[in-house]
Amino acid sequence: MTTEALELREVRGPSALGGGRQRSLDLLYLLAATEFKRTYFGTVLGYLWSLARPLILFGVLLVVFTQAFRLGQGTPHYEVMLLFNIVLFGFFQEATTTAVGSMVTQEGVVRKTQFPRLVIPLAVVLTALFNLLLNLVVVFIFILAFGVSPTWTWLLMPVVLASLFVLTTAVSMIVSSLFPRFRDLGIIWTVAATALFYATPVLYPLEKVSHTVREVLTLSPLAPIFELARKWVIDPHAPGPAAVAGGYARLLVPAAIYVAICVFAVWIFNREAPRIAEEL
Amino acid sequence: MLAGPVAIEARDVQKTFRIPHQRVDSLKERAAHPFTRQEYRELHALQGLSFDVHRGEFFGIVGRNGSGKSTLLKLMASIYRADGGRIRMAGRLAPFIELGVGFNPELSARENVVLNGVLMGLGRREAAKRFDAVIEFAGLEEFVELKLKNYSSGMMVRLAFAVMVGADADIMLIDEVLAVGDASFAQKCTDVFRERRDAGKTIVLVTHDMATVQAFCDRAMLIADGELRYIGDPEEAALRYYRLNFGGPDASDGGPREGGVPDVNARLLDAWLENEAGERVENVQQGEPIGFNVLVEARHELVSPVFGFHFFNADGVTVFGLNRTLELEQGRRDVIPGGTRVRIAGKIENPLLPGRYFVSAWISRNRSQGDFAMHVLRVLDFVVYGTKPGPGNVSVNADVEAFLETEPAE
Repeated sequence: MTTEALELREVRGPSALGGGRQRSLDLLYLLAATEFKRTYFGTVLGYLWSLARPLILFGVLLVVFTQAFRLGQGTPHYEVMLLFNIVLFGFFQEATTTAVGSMVTQEGVVRKTQFPRLVIPLAVVLTALFNLLLNLVVVFIFILAFGVSPTWTWLLMPVVLASLFVLTTAVSMIVSSLFPRFRDLGIIWTVAATALFYATPVLYPLEKVSHTVREVLTLSPLAPIFELARKWVIDPHAPGPAAVAGGYARLLVPAAIYVAICVFAVWIFNREAPRIAEEL
Repeated sequence: MLAGPVAIEARDVQKTFRIPHQRVDSLKERAAHPFTRQEYRELHALQGLSFDVHRGEFFGIVGRNGSGKSTLLKLMASIYRADGGRIRMAGRLAPFIELGVGFNPELSARENVVLNGVLMGLGRREAAKRFDAVIEFAGLEEFVELKLKNYSSGMMVRLAFAVMVGADADIMLIDEVLAVGDASFAQKCTDVFRERRDAGKTIVLVTHDMATVQAFCDRAMLIADGELRYIGDPEEAALRYYRLNFGGPDASDGGPREGGVPDVNARLLDAWLENEAGERVENVQQGEPIGFNVLVEARHELVSPVFGFHFFNADGVTVFGLNRTLELEQGRRDVIPGGTRVRIAGKIENPLLPGRYFVSAWISRNRSQGDFAMHVLRVLDFVVYGTKPGPGNVSVNADVEAFLETEPAE
């Protein structure tokens, strides 16, 4: 047996990405792929089910807003805009509401192994993202079927998806890291997400809303994302975020909120990560 | 054995949990009382622990429930963060403390092996590559594609253990692993642990099974109330653990005989064993009667006392017990005045199989109310030696025969 000293590494305790980047990536992939497989191969009609949800919601809302309230009147391609928005918002809602309880769901690995904490909410968001991409294939078939002609701006779609993805991740990080300490966050967030659904231009185009209400709604960082998605994919003549908000300068507020949420997410997650196992 | 280089170094490790007096775990309550400072009780789980574990060592950590041993393991595995001090390690750690963590019942064995392998610190490719070896070790080749929810618990344990072995980490942290699985599998685990240790791997085992500690560990550490009480010889650690468990809270640093028993109305003066010739002996030969002697002194008047003794084996399981009341001459009251000595002595038939045994004693008074005059105290520790081991703890006279019930067919 050798007696020369071994090189000792400091044990630093749990953190957002503890254990190295490669390990985090491996675990992220496995966790997300596992969850995805479970959803889609667990039941025979797995994928159809997950597609059925936005489609049924779409069907109901379409009837309500074109037949009963006529909200869609005067908005070009209202039907596909509605479907597109529902699928996009569905991603945000699904990811964040699942992320809330994710640390508790993964209690086993959190309490019994060294596990990079960030991987847990990130895996949830990734699973939702797979789901979104699959749904978007169907949505684009609808878009073409409803007579929207493709434009070069469709290529800008990844910008929309990326900004939505980052915001979703940030919110997921915040709610998942706080949930172990504040257990009523689950209920609060479900309600808040529903409120956001109505506060975001999903069901209606923002320019149809009265001026005062619009001033409030354009503060949401989600609004410009949905406005851009609509302008780039569905209707090139739609006003776009700057016009709706009343000038580019006004976009600085939602942009600042967006950045603030991301910064806060990183800060709070790093602060909570080392102690999550103790709070469960 | 020559000690290898240090593989785990802990210096002044501290961990404190803050336990709120009234747990506020909702935003609603926080919002309702925004200015109330939360009050905490501090629980010092670990108070400055320092120790070294050498490479190629099988190191045991023992202690009662709540002594901080599991917290220590979690600190080493990076599940908790230490509040003070530092831990350093050399080599790849299997950063888990329980078998089968992260097993997903909805997935097949194949997928679970990869997932679990990565959890134990392997790369994804590496984990997939070792899959066949893992399955072979577990002996589950026919059930590879079966979902884990259809596995029996025994199969699950075998698979989990096989993954751990397959991960082949330099340092393994294990919390009570040997308590699972059937006997043949336990034997397999035993062999693996020995083989790993000989291959220069370091194994840290947290347990309160002293038989395991004595059988496996090269060194052991006893923790009580978050402090290190003993580190070194596993036999000694196990012994001190027993004293701690059966000798009351104060008996830890002194021996049990001087043990400071709280509220003492009676005191143990001496306890010893004798052989047939009436000589004091430390150990007893198998089959020889046990000459049992205990001398106690009443400090205050004891009314209706009962003297109780439990004999238990190295696993802490009671083998038998006896209790005695005072033999009274005609007309005397069942009272022992303060200052009187009482001897409880006699021969006990010895059915015990070879092994280590302990005796705990207690005295109660006012028989009907069962107050303790002397709390449970471990008074004797002896070995029964002999050449006829057997299953269990005792051999009994049994008039049982095997014979042919029907004539064998020609």
